[in-house]
Amino acid sequence: MTATASAERALRRGGVLMAVGLLMVAGVYVRALLFTPEEATQGLAQKIFYIHAPSAWVALYLAYGIVGIFSVLYLFLRDPRLDLLASSSAEVGTVFTTVVLVTGPIWGKTIWGAWWTWDARLTSTLFLYFIYLAYLVLRSAVEEPGRRARYSAVLGILGALLVPFIHMTVYLFRTLHPMPVVLQPGRPRVPGAMLVTILYSFLAFTVFYFGLLWRRYAWARLAAARAQGDAEGGADATR
Amino acid sequence: MASPGASTLPVLDVAGLAKRFGHVRALRGVAFTLGAGESLAVFGPNGAGKTTLLRVLAGLLRPDAGTVRIGGALLARGEASHRGRVGLISHHSLLYDGLSAAENLAFYARLYGLAEPHAAAARALEGVGLAARAGDRAGTFSRGMVQRLAIARALLHDPDVMLLDEPFSGLDQRAAAALRALLGRLRAERRTMVLVTHNLDEGLELATHVAIQVAGRFASLAPRDGDLAAYRARYAEATAGDA
Amino acid sequence: MRSVLGQAWAIAAKDLLLEFRSRTAFLSALVFTALVLAIFNFARDPTAVSSVDLAPSVLWITFSFAGVLGLNRAFSVEKENRTIDGLLLSPASRTALYLGKALANLVFVGAVEAIALPLFALFFNVPLLDVLGPLVLVIALATVGFVAVGTLMSSMAVNTRFGEMMLLVLVLPFLITPVSTAAEMTAKLFAHRPFAEWAPWLKLLGAYDITFVVLCTLVFEFTLEE
Repeated sequence: MTATASAERALRRGGVLMAVGLLMVAGVYVRALLFTPEEATQGLAQKIFYIHAPSAWVALYLAYGIVGIFSVLYLFLRDPRLDLLASSSAEVGTVFTTVVLVTGPIWGKTIWGAWWTWDARLTSTLFLYFIYLAYLVLRSAVEEPGRRARYSAVLGILGALLVPFIHMTVYLFRTLHPMPVVLQPGRPRVPGAMLVTILYSFLAFTVFYFGLLWRRYAWARLAAARAQGDAEGGADATR
Repeated sequence: MASPGASTLPVLDVAGLAKRFGHVRALRGVAFTLGAGESLAVFGPNGAGKTTLLRVLAGLLRPDAGTVRIGGALLARGEASHRGRVGLISHHSLLYDGLSAAENLAFYARLYGLAEPHAAAARALEGVGLAARAGDRAGTFSRGMVQRLAIARALLHDPDVMLLDEPFSGLDQRAAAALRALLGRLRAERRTMVLVTHNLDEGLELATHVAIQVAGRFASLAPRDGDLAAYRARYAEATAGDA
Repeated sequence: MRSVLGQAWAIAAKDLLLEFRSRTAFLSALVFTALVLAIFNFARDPTAVSSVDLAPSVLWITFSFAGVLGLNRAFSVEKENRTIDGLLLSPASRTALYLGKALANLVFVGAVEAIALPLFALFFNVPLLDVLGPLVLVIALATVGFVAVGTLMSSMAVNTRFGEMMLLVLVLPFLITPVSTAAEMTAKLFAHRPFAEWAPWLKLLGAYDITFVVLCTLVFEFTLEE
């Protein structure tokens, strides 16, 4: 099977997984709004948590972890598909990070009346956003695919190792500085129904992430295969 | 292709070199062998991959496929020892305009691990007739003088193989003649050389072997056996199909 | 002088000699510092915010941006006449090239800091002398972390379309830890807080330095053409 055809098949399959993920995410909405009890102190606004938290999990850990791992693999194996996978994950991760940075302030505004506080998690996410953006800008600034892949891999590895340091830095500031009492999005003591919704939402977003990743990766492979075909087809034509 | 001469191992042995940049295949299977004192002139139009070939030979680029051996030893990525066996002269001077001629050479001598960098630099400057300008900044040199200084730099560590990338570009008559004389001397010293250029007038008489490179591969490769006119005809023929 | 350190030293010495003769990057950094001082003088309301409170942040913003000006210099100087090829052609190891460049950067940024620091002390009227020892330690550690990553990034940025802007974008996320921890420690030092209060930040900065100096040294060769 040619590279183009194989990429097109991957695109279709990725589309299926993405659709499944999307449905599951829609399911999260339904479950959260209709079948989950309201939280006592915050009321309806708390339901944003079911989008905010799993997005954060995907953005900060899953997506960037994959960028890091595949960056390392690329530098060792030099397979361009590894680079495509890493960059696809970075793009999808950026989208999820945007969701976190949008839902966070919405939640914050409703709860505390302020759009932005230097809350530990939100701050970490913002700084991680900068790494993602740096990665994407770097890719757009390098033309030659081999060099672009190499540079992205270097930044991917460095960025992956930066994430824990950012967490630690923010944590130091938050714990050693007195702060207004802030909601703890991580560990609420939750009744059964809410717990189920939370777990389900994490699963749904994870599936959705992989669907998006697969589709984006397939798209990238397709673009590469097509460009390859054009270049070689053109060269052969003149001989 | 070439008889290796006195030693059993060829000085430079290249096989199956391939290199691509994205969708551009700059090298598509280049191979040749050179013995001591033999020089290969590679002619080709712009875009034929001549500079890429030279950069691979110099160890600056890693080929996607193929091998380069110098004196039998494989030039592999990370093998710093082999880099001391190759010298490169390109149309960039690889010299620091802000340093004097002597400082430039002493710096490179240090990098190459030469025992007495300043003495080596002084000797090299004498060899190319620039001793009088040793203390002047390289940025003040004329193009011809820069080229001579670059040759001094390339010869500092007494390389087995000299690589020249369009060395005559930008030189006036006098400087070109001086360069030709210098290269003639190198040939007399039995140095192995590879010279690439798009200009048949340059370097043909210095070569023992001639190759014509078109679109990443050698359209022809043979010991020199004709005059300038003959090669012009062959070159026109080889490059005709690659508009 | 085949050893890695010997080669690194030769490269660093060459860089510093070149910079000493042209002085452009150094002077830009100093001008930048003077500008920041002047702007803060006019922009702040002395009754609203005590200058001692403001000093650490201003100091570290200045150090960061002046530092980036110096970082750019490291590999852009090798573009002229393609001297980078000369370095890569030589037997000098890639590690030696990285260490040499980083060392030159350290000296450069250190020199800017050495001039900027007394100026700030003077202007912001902060008690510098009695905490000078620990302060220099903090500045040194933060600078090492900043230069380690910045040297690596500049090797890439010099080959991209946006050049200097690219360097800024690449380096900024990595400045968060060294600059914020250093600013915090500087504030604590100016306020004469006991060591126990700022020790955790020192540990974090130290861990950051070790991690990234090692990582950048290992990964540097991948930024060079091959």
